[in-house]
Amino acid sequence: MTMRTPFDKRDPLARRKHRHVPPGARSSALHAMSARAATGRFVLQSCTDCGAATYPPRDACPRCWGSLVWKDQTRGAALLSETVIRTTTDLYFRNHLPWRMGKLALDAGPVAVAHLHADLLIGDRAEMHLVIDKGGNAALFALPAGRNADMQDRQWREFVVPVKDRTVLVSDARSAIGRAIVGALHAAGARLVVAGMAPPARAADLADELLAQDGVQAVPLDLTDPVSIAEGLSKVGGPLDIVINSARFVRSGGVSHGGNLTDQRRAFELSAMGLSRLAQACAPILAARASGAFVDILSANALAPDADFAAYSAVEAARHSLVQSFRHEMRNAGVRVLSILTGPTEDEDHQSIPPPKVTPTRIAKCVLAALEGGLEQSCVGDVATDALTRWMADPALYTREKNL
Amino acid sequence: MRPRVAYDGVVLCAPVTVPYERFSCETAHRWTARALRGLSDATGLKADDFDGFCFASFTAAPDTAVGMVQHLGLSPRWLDHIPTGGASGIMALRRAARAVQSGDADIVACVAADTNHIDSFRHTLAGFSRFSQDAVYPYGFGGPNATFALITDAYMREFGVAREDFGKLCVAQRDNARSNPLALQRSELTLDAYMHARPIADPVHLYDCVMPCAGAEAFIVTTPEIAAKRGLPAASIRATIERHNAFPDEPVQLRGGWAMDIEEMWTMAGIGPNDIDTLQVYDDYPVIVAMQIEDLGFCAKGHVADYIRATSFGIDGDLPLNTNGGQLSAGQAGAAGGFQNVTEGLRQILGQPLGAAVPDARIAAVSGFGLVNYDRGVCTGAAVLEACA
Repeated sequence: MTMRTPFDKRDPLARRKHRHVPPGARSSALHAMSARAATGRFVLQSCTDCGAATYPPRDACPRCWGSLVWKDQTRGAALLSETVIRTTTDLYFRNHLPWRMGKLALDAGPVAVAHLHADLLIGDRAEMHLVIDKGGNAALFALPAGRNADMQDRQWREFVVPVKDRTVLVSDARSAIGRAIVGALHAAGARLVVAGMAPPARAADLADELLAQDGVQAVPLDLTDPVSIAEGLSKVGGPLDIVINSARFVRSGGVSHGGNLTDQRRAFELSAMGLSRLAQACAPILAARASGAFVDILSANALAPDADFAAYSAVEAARHSLVQSFRHEMRNAGVRVLSILTGPTEDEDHQSIPPPKVTPTRIAKCVLAALEGGLEQSCVGDVATDALTRWMADPALYTREKNL
Repeated sequence: MRPRVAYDGVVLCAPVTVPYERFSCETAHRWTARALRGLSDATGLKADDFDGFCFASFTAAPDTAVGMVQHLGLSPRWLDHIPTGGASGIMALRRAARAVQSGDADIVACVAADTNHIDSFRHTLAGFSRFSQDAVYPYGFGGPNATFALITDAYMREFGVAREDFGKLCVAQRDNARSNPLALQRSELTLDAYMHARPIADPVHLYDCVMPCAGAEAFIVTTPEIAAKRGLPAASIRATIERHNAFPDEPVQLRGGWAMDIEEMWTMAGIGPNDIDTLQVYDDYPVIVAMQIEDLGFCAKGHVADYIRATSFGIDGDLPLNTNGGQLSAGQAGAAGGFQNVTEGLRQILGQPLGAAVPDARIAAVSGFGLVNYDRGVCTGAAVLEACA
């Protein structure tokens, strides 16, 4: 194992830098905006009566006092005025001064204060993004129109999770999904990709070209065993920035018949309990990092069960619940917890299921996009997107219809 | 709109300024008591004499005017609590004037008082308004400095105003403060020092910002007869205006609510800007001073740079402006900052200035601007006061 760039030795007695988060108090209406921003949508409230868009979030239309609904809006805007804040009483922004923000006229109608990309100048056309700040709340960010997200922009980097030059752990690098993620992270310039290899070790591991690359380190890692996790993390060369939990245990079977209780227990141990073990071990490490993140890849069956995969669905639902609690716990540390929902994948776990299925490569791309876009919740593939859309619209109906 | 009833039978008197302190470990209640004591010392009036009480404060929580009357032993038959900060002085005098005129009250004590503990500014800021909390503070937490930086930036671009122009206003106000023994900042401010001050939120620099402090301001609204009986010099109200959430569709605040109503104010007053002896405007930032000079009709919109360059704002100048130094030099004592314009205007025309007197001052225009709820000041008001013969 070799790393791409040498890591500076730290002073072991140095006082650790506190990671603050931006001010967190928000109205209920803004939390509703954050829930939509979590998936990367750009939404504003629109009036159901007069149609006017409004911002900041309100509880009634300021023009006709009608009801407001969240709607996707056109992203165009123009920068009207700007400032560079050089003093603040807030501890988070004190660590990030100077901070540039400005006021934009949105094509959708309202005016809004937003964080600014360094290249966006007065009078320029802008493209609005609704991002999630380190405290977990929605924030408006204005990029120059026609420009993609720029991982070099100092302010934009506060809202996303850069992968380049970072140390990343993939919890299960034996699976097709895990292997694809290791490859994608390495290609994206991660300093070190730590590939978790569930025991027993195999002779084939030694000849594995993926693991033999510079910047990839294989470590034995068994999520059902806390000692294995502690030992695995202790072998990581340098502090860990990102943890990607790709481990899971997929078996078909029902509840009253066709189910194998040994498989069920194994699934709970690995996917749900394993997530808790991994989270407990890595939370303090991630909390010390400037852009710590934890990504969990889970099945869309977490939203509503597939009766033919009853235990697997139940475990994924438990995992979905645990991840949301973990996200809440990590909010005050500024660590992002991201969920990737996927449908059936093109692998040995889903041999009995007809297409559409998601390829491991596509899941790996989605993981990178979620990190570099700061997306709290992403869907990969049509099945997961369809599931989330139907679940958001009417969870009771979706749960009934899914197994008809 | 119907023509308004003139403010006959109403006067203002007894302007009181409780000396400001940069920080105070005392409460808003204590500062309110000092203001009432100041009114009493100036007039001989006792608690039972005040049958009206109008109150403004940011730091009295959890109390309002209700808690304050019981805390301080008042039994008024007319009570008002005004939450509009920088517009509270104008609004207090408007409300109290109509109460006295209609007979609902005879003697109204109008008081604004705020304390300033270490860290209380940060706390006031953090819970200021829902829109600020949702849509402004998360963007760098620059507080009012950042909000007014956005307004200042747009205003300078739109109207060709230079930092030197704002500097002239700030320097003139500091010169005025030098004769006011109660001003917190009385050392000389040169234009050079203003221009080279450290940036706070571009283009706002250090001397564009007020210094938060503790303090209280008060005045009395009553009838001419009661004032005469007590031997109190008094001033009448020629005209007033008030407006909230004006021009909501304008993307950046380049004008305030005064612009909607100013013609009516001068019509009601029966005079114009040229007849004013002194102008006391709200001055949390010099851009708002410039905006009021335009919107109150002292110069045409968009011509304030030329006007500032051609006008002197000293106590003996062409337009004596914020003659106590304004909040920029005297300090901003929370809601009392919205009363300072009224008390200072009143003092000058009653011949009771804290420092140097504006020569032969009889008529003052006073103007308030309050409450940045989101991206602009929402509340505006103005009044024309004239010393009684």
